[in-house]
Amino acid sequence: MSAITRKEVEHVANLARLKLTEEEAERYTKDLNAILEFAAKLNELDTSSVEPTSHATDVKNVMREDVNRPSLSREDALKNAPDHEDGQFKVPAVFE
Amino acid sequence: MSQFETVIGLEVHAELSTNSKIFCGCPTEFGAPPNTHTCPICLGHPGVLPVTNKQAVEFAMKAALALNCEISRETKFDRKNYFYPDLPKAYQISQFDQPIGKNGWIEIEVNGEKKRIGITRLHLEEDAGKLTHSDFGDTLVDFNRVGVPLVEIVSEPDIRSPEEAKAYLEKLKAILQYTGVSDVRMEQGSLRCDANVSIRPVGQKEFGTKTELKNMNSFRNVQAALEYEVERQKQVVLSGGTIVQETRRWDEANRKTVSMRSKEEAHDYRYFPDPDLVRMQISEEWIEAVRATIPELPDARQARYVNEYGLPQSDAAVITMSKETADFFDETVKTGADPKAAANWLMVELLGYLNANNLTLADVKITPHGLGEMIKLIENGTISSKIAKTVFKEMVETGKEPKQIVEEKGLVQISDEGALRQIVQDVVNANPQAVADYKAGNEKAVAFFVGQVMKQTRGKANPPMVNKLLLEVLQNA
Repeated sequence: MSAITRKEVEHVANLARLKLTEEEAERYTKDLNAILEFAAKLNELDTSSVEPTSHATDVKNVMREDVNRPSLSREDALKNAPDHEDGQFKVPAVFE
Repeated sequence: MSQFETVIGLEVHAELSTNSKIFCGCPTEFGAPPNTHTCPICLGHPGVLPVTNKQAVEFAMKAALALNCEISRETKFDRKNYFYPDLPKAYQISQFDQPIGKNGWIEIEVNGEKKRIGITRLHLEEDAGKLTHSDFGDTLVDFNRVGVPLVEIVSEPDIRSPEEAKAYLEKLKAILQYTGVSDVRMEQGSLRCDANVSIRPVGQKEFGTKTELKNMNSFRNVQAALEYEVERQKQVVLSGGTIVQETRRWDEANRKTVSMRSKEEAHDYRYFPDPDLVRMQISEEWIEAVRATIPELPDARQARYVNEYGLPQSDAAVITMSKETADFFDETVKTGADPKAAANWLMVELLGYLNANNLTLADVKITPHGLGEMIKLIENGTISSKIAKTVFKEMVETGKEPKQIVEEKGLVQISDEGALRQIVQDVVNANPQAVADYKAGNEKAVAFFVGQVMKQTRGKANPPMVNKLLLEVLQNA
C-alpha cells in the first residue's frame, strides 16, 4: 500500500471543511500512515474468493410501508438551528 | 469548413409520488409552509435510523421496467458525501455501483424517423432541501423537500440534436406519467433535467470535451439551452479555441448559457455503502409482481389508436403525449362516439382551448361522456358542426350535458324540409338582385343565400339541406 502524502491529507481535510495547522497536517499524515500500515496487515489474507462486504449484518429488505407519520412542528425543527428567519434555517451565503 | 456532430446525454431527476419520504414518514406534498414537513430523520439529527419506503423502491422498479431496464437483483444504498446547506447530513443517500435499473432504452421519433436512445442507469436517491437567498446576503433553507424520493435517469450519449433531446424528454415524461410513479411537473420541480453536451468533427469516434448544463426548467428551455450551447462550442472551436469542461447555467432572461465557475477541484464524493440501511434483494417474483402493475404505455396506445381506430400516426402521437388526454380520448370513444371525430374535437377544439387559456384538462368541466354525446348529436343530425362549437364552448365552461344545452338554448338543427323550404323561398324572394347575379353565373351568390338562411335560423338550419333546397329554389326562380 502506497503511503498517504501530506497533500492527500490536505485534500481530505478540505473536503471535510477542516482547517489544519502545519503541525496538525504533519501529525495526521504520520498518524494516518500508521493506521493504514496497521490495517494493511489484513492484505496478507487471500480474499480472492470472498464477495466484498457492504454491510456488517446479513439482514436484507428491511422496509416500511408508505405511511405518513407526524412531522416536527416548525418551532421544534428550528430549535437546533444556529440561526433562523421567516421559518427557515439561516446560513452564511453560498454561491455555486 | 469541418462539419460537427452534436453529442448529448441527459440526466433526469423525477420525484416519486409516494405519500411519505424515502426514509421517514414525513409528507412529500408540494407547497407546504417552509420546514413543516421535517423530522429528526430527514433533518439528519444524530442517532436516527432511516428505514426505506417500500413504495419508493417499487416505483423505481416500475419506472425501470417501463424504460426497458434490467433490474439489479442485488442492490444497496450508498452515501454520496459533500457539503452544501441543502443537505443536512452532509451526504446524500443515493446508489453508486448497483443502481436499481440499468441498460434500458426508449424509442423516440423525430422528423418521421424512429430511434432508440439508451438508458445507462436508473437509481433511487433522496432529494435535497431548497435554498433561497435573502436580500441581506444570507441563504435560507427549507427542508420540506429533503428526503423526497427521486429517481435519477441517465441516458447514453445517443442524442444527436436538441430536437432529439426534446423528443426524449417528452417520451420519458409520458412514460413516467403513464406508470403513475411521478406527477412529472417541471414547474413544481418534480421533473428536472441536466444535460451533457459536446461536439466532434463528423466521423471522429472520440467524444469532444463536454460541458454540463443546469437550470433548465422547461422542455422549451432545454432545447433552447442546447441549441445555444452547441452553437457556442462550434464558435469556440472554429476560432481556434478549446472547450473547457465546466458546468454552465441557462440564463433564461438573457437566453444564453453562462459558466458557473465552480471550484477547480474535481468532485470527490467518496461513496461508500450506507451502514444504516441494509441491502436489498429483488426476487424474480417481486419483479414480476411490479411488472404486472404497468399499464399500457404511450407507444402501445399510439399503435392501438392507429391500428384500431385508423387515426393518423401524428394525431395518435399528440393524443398519447399526456396520459390525461389519452384517457379522455379513450373514455370519449367508449361512449360510442366515432374515434376520428373524437380525436378531432379533442385535438383541435379542446387542446386548442386549453392552450389558448393556459389550462389543463383538470381545469375544465367538460367530460368525455359529454363530448361523446355531443359527437353523437352531430352524427344523428340533431345539431350541425357549427352549432356544436357553441355547445362545446358551453360544455367546457359549465360541464352541462350537450342535450340539456341544446334544449335550453333551442339549438336543435332545423331539418324539417317543409319549414326550411319556406325560409329559403322567402330569402330568395327578398333578394332579386342576388338571384340575377346567380343567373348571370356568379357562384358567390349561393354563399350569400346560405348566409341569409343561417341568419334567419340563427345558424340552426341543416347545412346540406339548405344547399340542396337553395339550388332547387334558384333553378325555379
